[in-house]
Amino acid sequence: MSVGITIKDAVKRYGSNTIIKDLSVSIKGGELFTLLGPSGCGKTTLLRMIAGFNSIEGGDFYFNDTRINDLDPAKRNIGMVFQNYAIFPHMSVRRNVEFGLRNRNVPRKQIGAQADKFLKLMQIDALADRMPEKLSGGQQQRVALARALCIEPDVLLMDEPLSNLDAKLRVEMRTVIKEIQNHVGITTVYVTHDQEEAMAISDRIAVMNEGVIQHIGTPKVIYQRPANIFVATFIGRSNLFKGRLAVENGQASVALPTGYQVNIDTVAPQNMAAQEVVLCARPEELLVQRDKSAPGLAAVVDDCVFLGLNTHYFVHLDSGERAEIIQESTIDSVIQPGTRVKLKVNTLKANLFTQDGSRNLLTGVHNDLDALAKEG
Amino acid sequence: MSGKKRPEIWSYISWGFIALFALILVYPMFGILKQSVFNEEGVFTLEQFQKFFSQKYYSGTIINSFEVTVAVTAVTLLLGIPFAYFYSFYQIKGAKLLFVVSILCCMSAPFIGAYSWIMLLGRSGVITQFVKDLTGLRLGSIYGFGGILLVQSLKFFPLVFVYMNGAFKSIDNTLIEASANMGCTGVKRFFTVIMQLSMPTILAASLLVFMRAFADFGTPLLIGEGFRTFPVEIYNQYLGENGTNHNFAAAISVIAVVITALVFFLQKWATGKYNFSISALHPIQKKKPKGVGGVLMYLYCYLLVAIAFMPQVYIIYLSFRNCDGAVFKPGFSLGNYEAAVKKLLVRSIDNTLLFGVISLAVIILFSILIAYLVVRRPRPLNQTIDTLSMLPYIMPGSVIGIALVIAFGKKPLALTGTALIMIMALVIRRMPYTIRSATATLQNIPISTEEASISLGASKLKTFIKVTAPMMGNGIMSGAILSWVAIVTELSSAIILYNNRNITLTMSAYVAISRGNYGLASAFSAILTVLTALSLLLYLAITKSEDIKL
Repeated sequence: MSVGITIKDAVKRYGSNTIIKDLSVSIKGGELFTLLGPSGCGKTTLLRMIAGFNSIEGGDFYFNDTRINDLDPAKRNIGMVFQNYAIFPHMSVRRNVEFGLRNRNVPRKQIGAQADKFLKLMQIDALADRMPEKLSGGQQQRVALARALCIEPDVLLMDEPLSNLDAKLRVEMRTVIKEIQNHVGITTVYVTHDQEEAMAISDRIAVMNEGVIQHIGTPKVIYQRPANIFVATFIGRSNLFKGRLAVENGQASVALPTGYQVNIDTVAPQNMAAQEVVLCARPEELLVQRDKSAPGLAAVVDDCVFLGLNTHYFVHLDSGERAEIIQESTIDSVIQPGTRVKLKVNTLKANLFTQDGSRNLLTGVHNDLDALAKEG
Repeated sequence: MSGKKRPEIWSYISWGFIALFALILVYPMFGILKQSVFNEEGVFTLEQFQKFFSQKYYSGTIINSFEVTVAVTAVTLLLGIPFAYFYSFYQIKGAKLLFVVSILCCMSAPFIGAYSWIMLLGRSGVITQFVKDLTGLRLGSIYGFGGILLVQSLKFFPLVFVYMNGAFKSIDNTLIEASANMGCTGVKRFFTVIMQLSMPTILAASLLVFMRAFADFGTPLLIGEGFRTFPVEIYNQYLGENGTNHNFAAAISVIAVVITALVFFLQKWATGKYNFSISALHPIQKKKPKGVGGVLMYLYCYLLVAIAFMPQVYIIYLSFRNCDGAVFKPGFSLGNYEAAVKKLLVRSIDNTLLFGVISLAVIILFSILIAYLVVRRPRPLNQTIDTLSMLPYIMPGSVIGIALVIAFGKKPLALTGTALIMIMALVIRRMPYTIRSATATLQNIPISTEEASISLGASKLKTFIKVTAPMMGNGIMSGAILSWVAIVTELSSAIILYNNRNITLTMSAYVAISRGNYGLASAFSAILTVLTALSLLLYLAITKSEDIKL
């Protein structure tokens, strides 16, 4: 029976400085939920409020139906994995893993068996009697995870657990975490600033900025139909072009720089009105055409970088904007700098935002935050 | 959070420390201050200060102390920095031995160096006699400025050595390579790069040597003779054989504290100017010493350490010589030790160990608690505790001794001559150092380790006992052994507080020297030397690193 977490109108203040203002989120039982955002966006602060290490200045925190605001951190039954692992250096691996159970009135025999189970699960049973200083970063990470899970917590909280590992181990460990989380089926809140890691691991992601959740959704939705320009530019890279939306006979089209006009078929019905807009196309959503007479954004290639699978082109439009394009590498010669090209926009994939960037105008944007607001 | 509702246990501990420090630090300090400006009739007067500054006979003691201390600081830097440089940048055979012996030198009891050098180079010292018999020449007098300079320099240069080792070790090899790359090598690199990078450490080491030498009481007492320094003057004014003047002693104490405080803040200010931190990812590659330079390097290192260590070896040798009162005779026996047994040897050892163990336990407990308050509960109240606990750092030992006598010498708190007052003095003297190292240790322990414990269901108290304290324990254990050695060899405050009942080994040795019982003195000193050496060897065995905080 996994535990859902509901947070209503959470407020965090340091003195007169408000870090988080009226934040609400609902995390389903058993899911791996990621808080993603740039450093200083309040994601770790929120996690530590759930853990009980930060005071809560307002709002309500629930585990299922139990309000935990005033519950002692020691009694919340939380497993926590810290950025620096926080392994007790003066205890062996086994003692570290058993620590939580030893704080409860659990019979000795059961403690040993339980610890063995999780040492095995994390594949560190061979290291059980070592002292932590002898372990590598990845092994310490496994100990930290085993220790957190050994008390069979209601909720697992992970604060940038992979940021101290090297790139290869990071990829390996995130697979391990995902597998273990699936296996144990525990509700997990995961904090990271690494969007690739978030995409790889999460059931759902909440993108945060300046203490406000911008978008909650599956990795696919967040990448393909971001709720606003912040999300679009934070997750992956995006080229932004100013344009003007026009509607004629039920057909929406956008006038882009250099006289290029594209039809967009996925504008949401309620947004079908003439207005200034921003078109957002990811590097792979632009197509470089050598044919100068083809319709498209007129541009000149500044530089190109061959990366094997893909080739990156850096261009500037005749109207001055710069853009980045990724194309699958072809067998013929790469386009030389200085070449004039036309860029075609993939209108199925590109996104269209209001002029201030606060809202996506297309259909198919699923933001669980809106659903939450309606409930509230 | 729920903690706000009722004051947690740490609040009570904070107030406990405030009360304790008010009693054993602030109250005695005010006692001294009061005694310096009020005469016997209770009338306010600055007469004592006037007397001090108007009479060259007295004001000269501070000037003397200052002169000799500055000279000692300079000489220790000149001796210690090249030694540390050779040690850190070259593969010297027997480096470990050099290191261990240097530590033994600087941790010896405060008067052993002076006493032993007198036996060697004094009026009837062996070397003096030898040279006289051989050549008919008379060596210059070792007593006075020169003697203090010799003894203190040889005793304190290892402090510079240990500090500089730490600094050199933190220099990244790439910095050395980079400077070579830009055409800066050899002596030029030593002065423009290596010395500049080590500046904060040089300042810190200078301060340490200055403080130790300035407050050193044992050395000038034995070897100073006509060259009068202020710690001896304080002692003479307070407990001397003729014409004691307690008010005057208090006034000199106040002046000494002010001067020490000024030097302390001057160093703080100077260190602030070099506010950078370096950490070495690529440690220095040690080179093999070659050619004439290499030979000279070896000669320098071994000769320096040998000379510095000679007093202790000589004392142990003397302790087995036959002796009649002040005169050593040919032949060896255990006579000195037999005499020592009759002269309270057992009680001295008992007291030394007892006071040492209790003081150390109290110091460790207090340091862990205070470090926790300062680092994990940063409140103005706890900052006050931190500041108060640092007070003894600027108080010379003899001043602390007098302050305690003034505060606890009469009813209702008549504690003089008890074990309690001795332990109090030892705790006060040594606590600031251990608090520093405990605070530094705790600052390096990420708070998430404690949070991990709490999230795993341990209460705050349990977390402190099972996680925080043991983790700090590892860090401060090494410092504690050094404190232990300092406690065992404590002289300057003990000399004011001791009597027959609470006499320690150090005091017994001192009493024997002052009464001219040189054989007896050598036996006590030898036992003391062996005890400190064993403690230090234990320390060096359990701490693998050489980053020791002296």
